[in-house]
Order: sequence, then structure tokens, then C-alpha cells
Amino acid sequence: MSIWEYANPKKFMQTSAWALPWVAGLAAVSLGVGLVWGFFLTPDDYKQGSTVKIIFLHVPSAMMAINAWVMMLVASLIWLIRRHHVSALAAKAAAPVGLTFTAIALVTGAFWGQPMWGTWWAWDPRLTAFLILALFYLGYIALWEAVENPDTAADLTAVLCMVGSVFAVLSRYAVKFWNQGLHQDSTIMKVGEKDPIAPAYYLPLIVCIAGFVLLFVALVLARTRTEIRARRLQALLARERLA
Amino acid sequence: MIPDLGKYAVAVLSSYGLSVAMIVGLVLLSYVQGRRVKRQLADVEARQGKTDG
Repeated sequence: MSIWEYANPKKFMQTSAWALPWVAGLAAVSLGVGLVWGFFLTPDDYKQGSTVKIIFLHVPSAMMAINAWVMMLVASLIWLIRRHHVSALAAKAAAPVGLTFTAIALVTGAFWGQPMWGTWWAWDPRLTAFLILALFYLGYIALWEAVENPDTAADLTAVLCMVGSVFAVLSRYAVKFWNQGLHQDSTIMKVGEKDPIAPAYYLPLIVCIAGFVLLFVALVLARTRTEIRARRLQALLARERLA
Repeated sequence: MIPDLGKYAVAVLSSYGLSVAMIVGLVLLSYVQGRRVKRQLADVEARQGKTDG
């Protein structure tokens, strides 16, 4: 069995029809457990008070906003190299999901930043890179809508995706590249090191991250199925017009 | 029962409220779009005597 089997729309539709209810169910359970655990059952932080509860939304959404773009990049490269339509449609399907996660990260970041930093927004390297990534998401979605020929749209958006990947990388590593600004470096990978995140927050955070990953997969599967059907619908309508 | 969020209640509740609203909105939008396209495709296939792949 090869992964390229799933480039066949029929095979993708069959497999995703089986997988989607499971992934969506697991996403709902993980998100429900993680967010209830994080909101109701974690203590206030000694410095940040109850605002620490925002971590259970902010970190997973920011993580997935970047990873969604990486997934779109991989799918776009597969389209450019192998011309598999399902990969182009999967990239298109992922963009609104990535944009929503980016918006959640920006909004929750602002609500967390105002009481902790004293400002809703700062032109900090990481925040700025993230805002530009959000604009790339908007541009990517707009470009898909603006170009009538779907293969041309897939080509152009794939190139845009490659350019935007610079800001996806910067969103993650800006804190390391420029040692300045308000936003701290990641702490969840520092378990066992100095100043790690406390287990009381770490465990529900991992559950929330799993929930966001599963939600992303479920939404991309569902939206890709819709895109495949929409493409077939357009083809049948075009054939009907020619007949 | 909502835990005591102290002076940061507005920030925390706004974060959760807006995030859940955005997630639910995206899920509903995806579901409605999916249903609509599936129905349209079924109509056209029935008209043309084809079946979904």
C-alpha cells in the first residue's frame, strides 16, 4: 500500500468517510476534557492569577496556526511536483481552519497581554510575524476565490504558500532569532529543564493540544471532501453546458 | 460553577467565549457548506444518471 493511493479522489472519499466520525469524536472528547480540566480544575498562577487559564486556548491554537500552514506547504509542494488534485484541494480546505486558529491565537494573546504586559498589542517580532501570517492566510483564501481556473489557482496559491512559509517559520522562531520583545520563548518543551511549565498546567495543556490537532484533521478531512464534491459538481455542470 | 477568576474574569471569559464561538462557527460553516454541495451534486448526478465516486 502506498500513500499515493489517497491521491485518488475515490479512495480518499472512501477512507475519509470511515475516518471522519472517529477523528471528529476524538477531537470533541479531547477538547471537552482538556478545556474543562484547564478552566475549572487548574489553580491560579502565583504571578499571572487566573489569566494562566488562557494558555489552554492560546498555545494550542498558535501551534496549529503554524502547523496548518506547514501542512498547506507540503500539500502545495505535492501539487506542484506530482499534480495530485486532492493535495491542492486539501491545502485549500485547510486555509480557513488555519486562519481561525490564527485569529484565536491573536485574540487570546491580546486578552492575556493586556493584564500581564499592560498592552493589547506590541510590535514584538513574534507577534508581528504572526499578524503577517494571518494576512497571508487571508491573501491565500482570496487568491483561490479570485482565479477562475482551479489548476491555475492551485499553482498561484502554492507559490504564495511557499512565500508565506517564511512568516510561519518566523512565527515560531522569532523569539530565538531576535532576543527582544515581550513574548517569551516556549516553555512546554522544557520539562526537565530550568523553569519548566508546572505539571498542573502541562497535563491539561497536552490534552488541549491533542484536541486542537484532532479538530484540525477532522475539519480538513470534512472540508476536503466538500472541495472534491464541489470540483466534481463543476465538472458535471460544465459538461452539461457543452452538451 | 464558574471558578473565581478575580480581577481577570473579563479577560479569561472573553478569551474562552470568543474562541469557542469561532470554533463552533467554523464547524457549523463547514457542515452547512458540505451538506449544500453534497445535495447539489446528488441533484446533478441524478439528472445526468451518474453516481458519486
